Amino acid sequence: MDLLNQIFIAPFIQMAGAPDFLAQVLWEGFVSGILYALIALGFVLIFKASGVFNFAQGIMVVFAALTLVGLYQKGVPAILALILTIAVMGVLALAVERLIMRPLVNQPEIILLMATIGLTYFLVGLGEFVFGGEPKQMITEELGLPTGSTEIPFGEQGVVILQHIDIAAAVIALVMVAALGLFFSRTRIGRALRAVADDHQAALSVGISLNQIWAIVWFAAGIVALATGIMWGARSDVSFALEIIALRALPVLILGGFTSVPGAIVGGLIIGIGEKLGEIYWGPLLGGGIESWLAYMIALIFLLFRPQGLFGERFIERV
Amino acid sequence: MFYREAGQYKSSYEADQAVFPLAQDRIGMAVILVLAAAVVPFIASNFVLEAILIPFLILALATIGLNVLTGYAGQLSLGTGGFMGAGAYACYKLTTSFPDANLILLILLSGFFAAAVGLVFGLPSLRIKGLYLAVATLAAQFFLEWCFIRIGWLYNYNVSGAIDSPERRMFGLVLTGPNASPVTRYLTVLAIVLGVTVLVKNLVRGRIGRSWMMIRDMDIAAELMGIRPLVAKLSAFAVSSYICGVAGAMFVFFYLGSVEPAAFSITLSFQILFMAIIGGLGSLIGCYFGAAFLWILPIFLRNVLPMLGIDVGAENIVHLTSMIVGVLIILFLIWEPHGLARLWQVAKEKLRVWPFPYA
Amino acid sequence: MKLKALIAGTLLSGVLACGAVATASAEDTVYVQLPTYRTGPYAGSGIPIANGMADYITMLNERDGGINGVKIVFDECETGYDTQKGVECYEQAKAKKSLVFNPWSTGITLAVIPKAGVDKMPILSMAYGLSAAADGKAFPWVFNPPMTYWDGASGVIKYLAEREGGIDKLKGKKIGFIYLDAGYGKEPIPLFEQFATQYGYTLFKYPVPGKEMQNQSSQWLNVRRDKPDYMVIWGWGAMNPTAVKEATKIRYPMDKFIGVWWSGGEDDARGGGAQAKGYMTLNFNAVGTDFPAMQDIKKLVVDARKSKVEPAKFGENLYNRGVVNSLYMAEAIRIAQEKTGKKVITAEDMRVGLENLSIDDARLEKLGLKGFIAPVKVTCDNHSGHHKMYVQRWTGEKWEKASDWFDPMSDVVNPMLLAASKSYTEANKPWPERSEPCAN
Repeated sequence: MDLLNQIFIAPFIQMAGAPDFLAQVLWEGFVSGILYALIALGFVLIFKASGVFNFAQGIMVVFAALTLVGLYQKGVPAILALILTIAVMGVLALAVERLIMRPLVNQPEIILLMATIGLTYFLVGLGEFVFGGEPKQMITEELGLPTGSTEIPFGEQGVVILQHIDIAAAVIALVMVAALGLFFSRTRIGRALRAVADDHQAALSVGISLNQIWAIVWFAAGIVALATGIMWGARSDVSFALEIIALRALPVLILGGFTSVPGAIVGGLIIGIGEKLGEIYWGPLLGGGIESWLAYMIALIFLLFRPQGLFGERFIERV
Repeated sequence: MFYREAGQYKSSYEADQAVFPLAQDRIGMAVILVLAAAVVPFIASNFVLEAILIPFLILALATIGLNVLTGYAGQLSLGTGGFMGAGAYACYKLTTSFPDANLILLILLSGFFAAAVGLVFGLPSLRIKGLYLAVATLAAQFFLEWCFIRIGWLYNYNVSGAIDSPERRMFGLVLTGPNASPVTRYLTVLAIVLGVTVLVKNLVRGRIGRSWMMIRDMDIAAELMGIRPLVAKLSAFAVSSYICGVAGAMFVFFYLGSVEPAAFSITLSFQILFMAIIGGLGSLIGCYFGAAFLWILPIFLRNVLPMLGIDVGAENIVHLTSMIVGVLIILFLIWEPHGLARLWQVAKEKLRVWPFPYA
Repeated sequence: MKLKALIAGTLLSGVLACGAVATASAEDTVYVQLPTYRTGPYAGSGIPIANGMADYITMLNERDGGINGVKIVFDECETGYDTQKGVECYEQAKAKKSLVFNPWSTGITLAVIPKAGVDKMPILSMAYGLSAAADGKAFPWVFNPPMTYWDGASGVIKYLAEREGGIDKLKGKKIGFIYLDAGYGKEPIPLFEQFATQYGYTLFKYPVPGKEMQNQSSQWLNVRRDKPDYMVIWGWGAMNPTAVKEATKIRYPMDKFIGVWWSGGEDDARGGGAQAKGYMTLNFNAVGTDFPAMQDIKKLVVDARKSKVEPAKFGENLYNRGVVNSLYMAEAIRIAQEKTGKKVITAEDMRVGLENLSIDDARLEKLGLKGFIAPVKVTCDNHSGHHKMYVQRWTGEKWEKASDWFDPMSDVVNPMLLAASKSYTEANKPWPERSEPCAN
């Protein structure tokens, strides 16, 4: 009885009792969700165009952020460092396409997954070799991103604290999603990307250059990785611990579907807010720290009812 | 032309259905077994035994477990670390509750607990497939990791949260604990790993193994033919988790000696998955190749690079090793996408026609 | 076939060749392995320590030609704070006949403690590791001067009680404890809980899983909800700067936020920027370069480009911590040489040296480190010592001393240590009785 009360009634009473805290929790969940969605976006881009699950997306986030900060620390002014980093991600995209994607064309997915794993090992070693293992601080102010926070009074005595960088992150993420959505539906290259995602051979026979498309898509994923790295790095330092956070994008991808850009945002928000609410209000029942698996459980439950995710394409199996 | 396998006639069903029907394979196997069991313990240094061969064997066993699930039954699983941990903690609880029981028996028993856990977390496989199932097994991994830290009963409520291997003996020899000699531990691990390999080889060649492979290739067609997917998939999960559980128990008791819950993290799961894929999914010898590649190669690089005079500092050796391993993985995949096992097969085929380029 | 055997044989011999690692030449040198982590999520804390350890030894070799003419050869073994790699480094240390093993990770320490006595390898786990290992009778091969985590926890409570005006004023207060959800962070919990029942405060626990160190917003949301009067942090690596940053984000009063000595790196406090002013941690070594020995390091090692440290980070807290570790090792080597009369000592002699470790103010003055640490002494029964610590405060730019050197509550901690040591040896039966004679 007491357990039932604790699960079903007490948390809601807590929520109602401190509405400013609830608002803060919801805001934090929203921000987490947006950041997860940013990571998931990178996965979606590459999966959509080539059917490859890019395991190296997490390390690309760290690598992009490290390049940016590393260049700045060597004395390059911030904006120039940003442009140079974009160029570096472009070179990386071309190298990946040439050296990994082209020789492995038409191989089963698991082989391509393994190749991205090899890429991860390589980038981890290269990143640490060139930039060193020390955690670095993201150059938030120099990039023109806002720092500091605002306090918004809420209710009688409550206050909700909003970090400016979080607001900026949310805006940037939404802008990116909108831009990518437009890109996919309105531009020629976007249409070519969708064609390649459908069927490689058909796209080839229509005259679409697979190599060009793949290079573009990896470059776009690299840009997304850079944006993600900047946002995550601004919230906590840039170090290789960020790589593990990329795993958090997986439940987002499950929920949203592996091939849907708006799905990444919706999935991200659901996971982010659900995770925070669960951890704060139901976590103490289990001793705390349930955040590490709560997202996966939420995704799992969704999967049992809708195996392709909310927005994903239904796979029709033929025998 | 010189390596000829032809001309070996079988005159009984047993001979035809043997695991190693060719004499060359039998001789080769015998030589390797003699080397492993009789020669290596005497010539290998303690460092090689303790830090290279014992973990190699244990990880190869875990890779076999994962291969059963992913290579033979086609269910991609990222929960290997969690299942290994389940076996390890089960063994710890068993041996601390029954200190006088034979440790080998307890290790083999603890696999059953891991199998039960695997069965529960394998249930989603009945509805979900492919990459999505991998994420569902990730839920298992993270949940189990959380359990190892949060459930105090599992580590007997000791302050550090770590489990360790108390000293156990068998036939007067010390098996675990710091007094156990590396040779004893090596031979015990070798015996268990070989035993389980033989078991799995027979399983895979039998009815159950074939049902797994049918599910892997085309599960709807298999169901139409009368294979019950429930039984096939769940049995794959159970057997795989059993093997991983035994490997996990050995990991603690014969190799590390004491583990924090962080030892059974997602990193371990990925390590074993990489070993399985590099070695070749769906092949038992591939498991050994993959484990050797991903375990021995980095140690080899870490020790050989300084000897070659590349003295760039310990951490840079680690970075260079990581880069070289990454590049090698990509090169191997381009060269032979089906893993080292397929490379081995191709090598044998080439050997059969050598010195001619083709038959 | 024979070819299979040939290939297997080649592979095997290649692998066995790894075992042939070069041992230190016996020409008046001794070898010490330095396990470090310059990579991974804990590199932020591991790098300055590695630099400090290496530089002090290099300075001794350069300035004095080693200890009594015996140079110390050392190399680093990268563990990444990972127990697997740590055990591998331990095996290598054994193979290369290192004098002592410094795990620099509670997880690795726990793994090697049972092996230390059998392998005759002394373990120096300076102010970390298993607190119960202070019991020299049960753990003759493990040393953890100058104090244990339980001493530190009692020191925190003592300091907070002083701030409140007396230990009875702690009644009714709320103390939040945010910690790394691993052996390291969980060690002080029994002491904090015992004090909670004894002195009447409420303890709130906020575990941070190792994989989530950079994502602590949930823990700090909980802190915001619970509003503890004081926050105590037991963090390491990337957990520290993230925690400080999150604390400033929720506007937690930083002068009520105190950490253990491992949460006191400069980079950790810098994570919070200027708003982190007032953050406190315990410490047992001085910060800064205003010591003759430190100036020697600067001249002979840093300026001579023999060091990996960034010149700006020379003299920071964790760098000096590494220096202290090497100081203990160097003194132990010297004392071992005296006691055994040998110049080139072995690991067993090193154990004798560590058991007789005694550095008083006069010796510190001779070493050029007066005031760097409080005097430390190791005895047969007490391998840790419950020595003094002090509290330091972050000014926004550097650490400044915020209290005098004070003792931990050893009268409370000692019985707990002995009880814990007893339960450890019971749980790990058969635990060998101490056979090494008391060296002092």
